[in-house]
Amino acid sequence: MLAMNYRGPYRVRADHKPDPVIEHPGDAIVRVTRACICGSDLHLYHGLVPDTRVGHTFGHEFIGVVEEVGSGVQTLKVGDRVLVPFNIFCGSCFFCQHELYGNCHNTNAQATAVGAIYGYSHTAGGYDGGQAEYVRVPMADVGPMVIPEDIHDDDAVLLTDALPTGYQAAEMGDIAEGDTVVVFGAGPVGIFAAKSAWLMGAGRVIVVDEVEYRLEFVKRYAQCEVVNFKEVKDMALHIKKMTDWMGADVCIDAVGCEAAGNTMQTITGVYTMMQAGAATVLHWCINSVRKGGNVSIVGVYGPTFNAVPIGNALNKGLTLRMNQASVRRHLPRLIEHIREGRIDPKAIITHRVPLEEVSDAYHIFSSKLDNCIKTILIPPRANEVRAVKASATQ
Amino acid sequence: METRNDIVTANDQHDGQHAPGEHDGDGHVGHVHGAIMPRRPTRDQLQHIQGWGADLDRKNRPGVPMERTPPRFINAPAGDPAPQAQDVEVLVSTERPGRTPLFGSVQPPSGLSGAIRRSAFKHSENDVRHWLLLLLADRVNVVEGIGHDLSQGKVPNVLAEMGIKSEFMHNPAGLAKKVVIGGAVIGAACYLMKRRDRYR
Repeated sequence: MLAMNYRGPYRVRADHKPDPVIEHPGDAIVRVTRACICGSDLHLYHGLVPDTRVGHTFGHEFIGVVEEVGSGVQTLKVGDRVLVPFNIFCGSCFFCQHELYGNCHNTNAQATAVGAIYGYSHTAGGYDGGQAEYVRVPMADVGPMVIPEDIHDDDAVLLTDALPTGYQAAEMGDIAEGDTVVVFGAGPVGIFAAKSAWLMGAGRVIVVDEVEYRLEFVKRYAQCEVVNFKEVKDMALHIKKMTDWMGADVCIDAVGCEAAGNTMQTITGVYTMMQAGAATVLHWCINSVRKGGNVSIVGVYGPTFNAVPIGNALNKGLTLRMNQASVRRHLPRLIEHIREGRIDPKAIITHRVPLEEVSDAYHIFSSKLDNCIKTILIPPRANEVRAVKASATQ
Repeated sequence: METRNDIVTANDQHDGQHAPGEHDGDGHVGHVHGAIMPRRPTRDQLQHIQGWGADLDRKNRPGVPMERTPPRFINAPAGDPAPQAQDVEVLVSTERPGRTPLFGSVQPPSGLSGAIRRSAFKHSENDVRHWLLLLLADRVNVVEGIGHDLSQGKVPNVLAEMGIKSEFMHNPAGLAKKVVIGGAVIGAACYLMKRRDRYR
């Protein structure tokens, strides 16, 4: 099959690899029809995530058609059109039993600090991802969801990560009616976090970024205010001024470890890797939020350590909440929002690229060329109708 | 003239007046501020926002409370999954009692990078050496990857892998700048090496 193949920092290509096989009775093989490049894939692409092995196939945002199921799969059927949440989870461990599907303890042997994620290094379990023609999907009865007839493929693929993560970011902010919410980052997750903040009754939503075309987009799409941090001397001070010197009620970090905006953070966090990414946005969140306010973090950071002003967080009495999105539990409500027309996920898609051109797709997204916001990769067999394979193995 | 980043206070925003607010100076000298109170827009002022308040009621928020049991929205199996058969080497965190029932089996450790990864997994995740050794192994693995390509008779097209075609299409000026800078750096390095040889 054709698959994205990581060769080293800033180097990926489309290569032929062996088709995945059923390795466990609960597995399914899914033929991928759409796969996104996520902003967090860029951390892998830039070589910042430990245990990213050459030959790995990225891709944790994908949908497809079930091609084959293991002998233990009871509900999913060959031919089902499915969206696959980025979390690989068992449904039975302590954490899954508490709906923390992003924190499953039964699927990642290689780290306890993170659950398993498709195509996200061996630190996240060592599973190949969906930027390929086929992908192995463990726990097929638990994770994937059959896509309702009336949900478009382009909406469905954004339900696998970007939209639920943005929504959960707002949810973790515990937004109350009239709250001022500042979202750092106008990438797909930040855009959806801004949109979700309104759903939860925010009184004001401000999005901060440095990329003009993204700010223009989010201003229109999420009906919010925007700030270009390149034009601001001091971010926290600017937010204070915008909020009658109070600070925002809720700050959301939708950027993570490759934040721009502070040279020292960039040098220590990105170029020299002396800390687990640039903590610029963590600083801005903690220092821009009001006393007693909430900071919600969905931006991805590395596993070592970051220099953050935790003393300020203590003295201001902040609540800091963060997690990988528990995608599956958000799906029913988000599908309602799509049906009701409250949110139109597919509107953020700017690029559709054949999987064969994955090197260029990554470069365009990484370098923010051609006004790129969200890229979808289309595998060559996306639209193929294949003969149904017999249920197999074990 | 108003710019987009001019200060807009809460009241300005919801009155629809985007004039700079009263606090847009940098200094505070000679200015005593009164009580600070957040100003909130009314529901009427927010009605133009698509979907506003649909999830204002926390009952509509699926992640509230954060932990909830029994789990909803999934076909929860009765017990732990049956163990997956192991055909390849899988490194296991020392912070676990053993291998997980399910695991990824792709790209097992191999070569020098594999040896470094094995030594990394002797340290817990709490030990920074674990992560630094893994990062080192990743870099070694890149060199191994090039060696593997060459051993298969394939010379990796590094520029194509880095997306040079899209750079040429969408950022030709940036590409030209990189070429000039790269050329200058290489030229300077060659010159310095040549000069050093001459003085030996």
